[in-house]
Amino acid sequence: MADPERDPPIPGTTLFDGDAAVKGYALNAMCYSFNDTANRQAFVDDEAAYCAKFALTPAQRQAVADRDVLGMIAAGGNIYYLAKLAGIFGLNVQDVGALQTGRTVAEFKQFLLDQGKELAHG
Amino acid sequence: MAEIVGAYFTSHVPAIGGAIHRGDQQTPYWKPFFDGFVRVHEWLAEVKPDVAVVFNNDHGLNFFLDCLPTFAVGAAAEYHNADEGWGLPLYKPFAGHPDLSWHVIETLVADEFDPATCQKMLVDHALSIPFELAWPEVDAWPVKIVPIAINTVQHPLPSAKRALAFGRSVHRALASWPGAERVVVIGTGGLSHQLDGARAGFMNPEYDRFCLDHLANDPDALTHHSIHEIVRLSGTQGVEVLNWIAARGALGPTAREVHRNYHIPISNTAAATLLLDPV
Repeated sequence: MADPERDPPIPGTTLFDGDAAVKGYALNAMCYSFNDTANRQAFVDDEAAYCAKFALTPAQRQAVADRDVLGMIAAGGNIYYLAKLAGIFGLNVQDVGALQTGRTVAEFKQFLLDQGKELAHG
Repeated sequence: MAEIVGAYFTSHVPAIGGAIHRGDQQTPYWKPFFDGFVRVHEWLAEVKPDVAVVFNNDHGLNFFLDCLPTFAVGAAAEYHNADEGWGLPLYKPFAGHPDLSWHVIETLVADEFDPATCQKMLVDHALSIPFELAWPEVDAWPVKIVPIAINTVQHPLPSAKRALAFGRSVHRALASWPGAERVVVIGTGGLSHQLDGARAGFMNPEYDRFCLDHLANDPDALTHHSIHEIVRLSGTQGVEVLNWIAARGALGPTAREVHRNYHIPISNTAAATLLLDPV
């Protein structure tokens, strides 16, 4: 657990710590299984059954059903594992960034580009 | 005696692999990043390494949360990539150097570090992409590897101070290895980026510059920030700078910057490439 006195919360940021790892274990285990193409297909074929097989919590199941990335993180999802689920949905990290920040994908990409505008190269 | 010929650092964003696969290196989006590798290729041809000690982080290919080591040293005769969940073309396998791996492990434990030891270890884009960038279009990698994985996934992460001390222990191992190998140290990942949360897309050129400016001559400066502070300054995945810090420790006491390139953005990441010579 973070000590909020020593480590004040970082806005818009969830540290994936022991609490999150415990809470998110089922969701992250399901996402880890997607390293196997047969498991990705099984999820696509019957999403509800596949989620049930991994005993997702109701909050995790709802977040997956809603493609709600912030909800998955709140339910203990870790982005390295969630990225594998996002791949099944055809979402790359700009799409995921847009979903989490309330931007369109074009706006999110521009937000990234704008941060490089002031740089001199080298 | 083995010779440490230098250190090479670069970001390892998965999208770089896609750009290489498509041949997009000279397109306007990618050119500023890939142009930073011309000097890397020249330098590697000059220093001619035959072994690479690679500090990197697993992204849920080899390790899951059921058993997640803080530091893990590969001790396999070969290392393979596998499907990371996206069904992409697999990266080439690597030859290992088990004898050197065990010497590194023995030195680390003698120095009171406690790494996991892996006689089997899948390696993901964090290891393969820096090699694809360094040695494009080779059929087989010209170096054997000793891969070292640092946990950047699940907090608590090792502190920057611990990562640097761990790297310095690896340096003692390399400096005491009786073989004639020419060793390049590699640190992969970073720099600032955050993939998750409402702050997704965060980058911080000011902190990245601080890291790049101090890595050669004063790496201890990077250890004055706690992990929490590094996340604040660098993003949730910016903590991959731990790989750079450990690699800097493994290079040795003194270093000189040979080359750097820094570009925003590559995918969601502030991408950096750096070469250091030992002094």
